[in-house]
Amino acid sequence: MKNIKKIKITVNGKVKSIFDNYTVLDLVKNLNIPIKKVAIELNQQIIDKKKISKINLKKNDKIEIVHFIGGG
Amino acid sequence: MKSDKLIIAKKKFNSRLIVGTGKYKSMPECAKAIKLSGADIVTVAVRRVNITDKKKPLLMDYIDPKKITYLPNTAGCFNSKEALRTLRLAREIGGWKLVKLEVLGDKQNLFPDMIETLKSTEVLAKEGFKVMVYCNDDPLMAKRLENSGADAIMPLAAPIGSGLGIQNKVNIKIIRKQTKLPLIIDAGLGQASDATIAMELGCDGVLANTAIAKAKKPYEMALAFKNGVIAGRQSFLAGRIDKYLYGYASSPKTGIIK
Repeated sequence: MKNIKKIKITVNGKVKSIFDNYTVLDLVKNLNIPIKKVAIELNQQIIDKKKISKINLKKNDKIEIVHFIGGG
Repeated sequence: MKSDKLIIAKKKFNSRLIVGTGKYKSMPECAKAIKLSGADIVTVAVRRVNITDKKKPLLMDYIDPKKITYLPNTAGCFNSKEALRTLRLAREIGGWKLVKLEVLGDKQNLFPDMIETLKSTEVLAKEGFKVMVYCNDDPLMAKRLENSGADAIMPLAAPIGSGLGIQNKVNIKIIRKQTKLPLIIDAGLGQASDATIAMELGCDGVLANTAIAKAKKPYEMALAFKNGVIAGRQSFLAGRIDKYLYGYASSPKTGIIK
């Protein structure tokens, strides 16, 4: 059996286990997030949504995915 | 009557009422109230996507950002760093450059921290943002914001959500006299007449959220605010009469029957 390694990252403050070959795009798809309606930060750096298929996630990465909600 | 549009950062808006999208019971209620208010601009907050509850309704599904201008705000930020981070993210969501800067300094009264606000305004203006700045009703600070590149000055009427109405008309008038920037009363309004007073003082617009969202009947209050802002603007443009200490009869004094 093929040994698929998993790593832990933090997404919006919650620890999440993902496959170690995951890109940011894989993560966003896995979470079923509408990409046009969000912005993404990787370790406090905003990342270009056009490039997320090329960004690999590493152990202990911190991801923030934000959107607009009601506010005054 | 010639067109009387609200102009912010060279963009024209039909309505002088800006409304918030917070504190409503539901998204449909929020969307309907906004429609009734006639607002062209709505403020929105930037928050984490709920990754555990994927069925949570999205604001953009109810209020179309192609039809209504989203004004991302920094509500909940207590320093410049947090505010800048929030607005850079907001811009990334879909190219939003017109933003509302709000850096709070005190958790109880929610007054703005003007030192942090001023610092943030400078940075944002340099980064190409069009910044509408929530501030206290201090003419000197308003001037400093203007010099730092603000695109609109948004003094509070009273503490956020307090519903107390305009507490310092004199300061608002002084700010009005000194600036050509759009002057928008932000925070603290309680009822439609408060909006009318703001407009009669010569403000270019008002921003209301709690007063509408938490009214006993939000739809009716949204309409009342719409009309209140229009009435106040018309009254301001019409030019009020001078004040007299004594009575001044409206009917002629001559021809009275004896």
